[in-house]
Amino acid sequence: MTDKLLQISKLDIALPEGSERDLAVEDLNIELSPGETLCIVGESGSGKSLTARALMGLLPAPHVRVKKGTISFCGEDLTQATEPRMRQIRGSEISMIFQEPMTALNPVMTIGVQIDEVFRYHAEMSQSERRKRAIELLEDVQLPDPKQIMAAYPHELSGGQRQRAMIAMALALEPKILIADEPTTALDVTTQAQILKLVSDMQTVHKSGVLFITHDFGVVADIADRVVVMQYGRVVETGTVDKVLNEPEHTYTKALIASVPSLMPRAPRPRSEQIVLSADKIQKTFGGGKSFFGLGKPNRFVHAVKDVTLDLRSGETLGVVGESGSGKSTLARCIIRLLDSDGGNIMLDDVDIRALNRAEMRPLRTKIQMVFQDPFASINPRIKVGQIISQGPIIQGESRQNAEARARELLEIVGLDERAFNRYPHEFSGGQRQRIGIARALALDPEILVADEPVSALDVSIQAQILELLDEIRENMNLSMLFITHDLRVAAQVCDRLAVMRYGEIVETGATSEIFKNPQHSYTQDLLAAVPGKKWDRKIAG
Amino acid sequence: MADFWKRFSRNRQAVLGLVILCVVIFVAAIANFIFPTDPFLYSKFPLSAPGENGFLLGSDSIGRDVASGIAHGAKTSLLIGLIATLAAVFIGVIFGAFAGYYGGIVDDILMRITEVFQTIPSFVFAILLVAIMKPSIESVVIAITVVSWPAVARLVRGEFLGLKNREFVQACHTLGMSDLRIMLAEILPNCLSPIIVIGSLMVATAILIESGLAFLGLGDPNVMSWGFIISDGRSMLRVAWWICTFPGIAILITVLAINLVGEGLNDALNPRLRERN
Repeated sequence: MTDKLLQISKLDIALPEGSERDLAVEDLNIELSPGETLCIVGESGSGKSLTARALMGLLPAPHVRVKKGTISFCGEDLTQATEPRMRQIRGSEISMIFQEPMTALNPVMTIGVQIDEVFRYHAEMSQSERRKRAIELLEDVQLPDPKQIMAAYPHELSGGQRQRAMIAMALALEPKILIADEPTTALDVTTQAQILKLVSDMQTVHKSGVLFITHDFGVVADIADRVVVMQYGRVVETGTVDKVLNEPEHTYTKALIASVPSLMPRAPRPRSEQIVLSADKIQKTFGGGKSFFGLGKPNRFVHAVKDVTLDLRSGETLGVVGESGSGKSTLARCIIRLLDSDGGNIMLDDVDIRALNRAEMRPLRTKIQMVFQDPFASINPRIKVGQIISQGPIIQGESRQNAEARARELLEIVGLDERAFNRYPHEFSGGQRQRIGIARALALDPEILVADEPVSALDVSIQAQILELLDEIRENMNLSMLFITHDLRVAAQVCDRLAVMRYGEIVETGATSEIFKNPQHSYTQDLLAAVPGKKWDRKIAG
Repeated sequence: MADFWKRFSRNRQAVLGLVILCVVIFVAAIANFIFPTDPFLYSKFPLSAPGENGFLLGSDSIGRDVASGIAHGAKTSLLIGLIATLAAVFIGVIFGAFAGYYGGIVDDILMRITEVFQTIPSFVFAILLVAIMKPSIESVVIAITVVSWPAVARLVRGEFLGLKNREFVQACHTLGMSDLRIMLAEILPNCLSPIIVIGSLMVATAILIESGLAFLGLGDPNVMSWGFIISDGRSMLRVAWWICTFPGIAILITVLAINLVGEGLNDALNPRLRERN
């Protein structure tokens, strides 16, 4: 009993009445030993985050509460602990790293003050001792120039730096358990790799138990000792990382692992030489403007897209990959004329669409359409699905009757019931909404589809379905696709060719298989090296 | 709709407010039947206490029926409140929508104009406008509209600013939709909830401004209103308390009821509160 840090047994967490299900978490049994990393994996709504919150005594009471079961921490039942006792435990014995460090840190307090708070509430130390210890901590998490970071506000740091500062705070009092709730989901892959390494280094030093919550099997493969797979609030499988990842038993685990896109690029397809869209030296800058009376500081000037040249061939999928801020989304919006670019040419069927005004552009809109990232923000919640799909053709001069008939057909093509036609978007899940978004884009019978991170907001099993759908319609409708993504796994499965972007420039282009096998640019090499779960991938690939 | 009513009725005070408001509307609607005579008609019984000489709520210094005045005044107050609010919302939505949607120089110009109206204290501004235009029911409505629309413009501008960069609006651009259609058919329906809430609260404010103007003698002299009765009775407050008191209570209850309904609408329509439960 005592060698276990944490023992959760028969835990039920109740949801408020009228929710989708009665229990968020049902009959949960988890153990954690010192020095062990336990990964809880599951898709959204599986109850993994609520489990972490229950441990911290941070359930959103009174609606969500522990119904029965025990959470035994070194022999003490946390479900019975008083609030003052929980306050003692939080931060000093169990601490937590959150998904979004920007919202988890207080924006109006410097990093130094926030770390200092941890010591002030939990330890008796003099001010100079506290300051010394804080600087040591920041050094431990490998932040450059700790003294300057101490005086910085959260917005002055990068995402990775903020997450490091959060980890420093979480580790300040050498907690026995560290809970990490999707700590790298909001970060770029290269930063993610660094943070994961930092967490496991820290763990080796402090011998703490880590409860790592994630939806990413690549991360699991890299960091976990043992894995717990959750679905609908129940544990469907537990075991060592080797066993769960390589010999999964439960059908759900198998399905999840099967839907993780492999890093082995798809077989190259025969290519056409006909160019349908070509962009030449596109430029886009933001900022530099002044206010109404010309007073105040001019805005910061950002060169978001710099001299980008690319060709899209008929029937191919060209992937644009890069980390956040690389300008890939801006490029997509320049090409589809949602943003006006500052220079260059965008040739679509011998017309330079960059120079067209809105009215001239309107008839050409039928040729190039877009699928958006966020299935919730990209669909107007106040308009019925049928209307959302049919309004494009109607604007372009199609009769209402024809447009609506086509919309019904499209619903079927994207795998939705025809009855969806008269419903509002809120009745649909994220994956279904993304299908609606695809149907809307297809309604104009485009030749080119620009897909901006179309699957990055979706769970991995839904992601696989949407990618399959996109592949299918591209074949059947002979579409050419410009596919924007940050996820190299997805890119490997979808794209024929890749263009790697950094700081607004394309650093490397080439066939996907070539780039994966033999990356030329050092940045591409870094990106590929940082993809989580590479070793595991090689193992299943043979 | 049933869902909306369920959320609204969860707030008991809002339901109470709605009941009171319905009573006031009912009284205003049947004023011509229960008090068929002109409310300005004076009688032989000045300063009758409530219940005396057949006056339910007493009579004023020249024998006019206070109860009749309140019933007819309810019609005036509600009508002015409603029309002025609709006009203010209309103007505010146009200003706010254009400013928020186009941004830049359009936003600067429209918002500077809005600010000019906001810098003048609203009640003083309303007095000034009515005084210039000669007191009449139209001038009161215009004055209330002119002092109320900037709040709507600010609100709608904020909503449009937040919504215009959403992906669904971008999707409309890629379909080739016109700006006007995007504003009216796509964005506006998404900010109806806060507009309805602020509109309901503005009706209450409008009724207060109207009563205030009538109290200062700037109401329409030919239309009975609550402010007019109070203004008329204030010099006799110590001998005939009922003249001021009952219309005062009418104003209090009506404004309170509308505010409660507005709060209820806010709870029922505010999506952030909705997610929480």
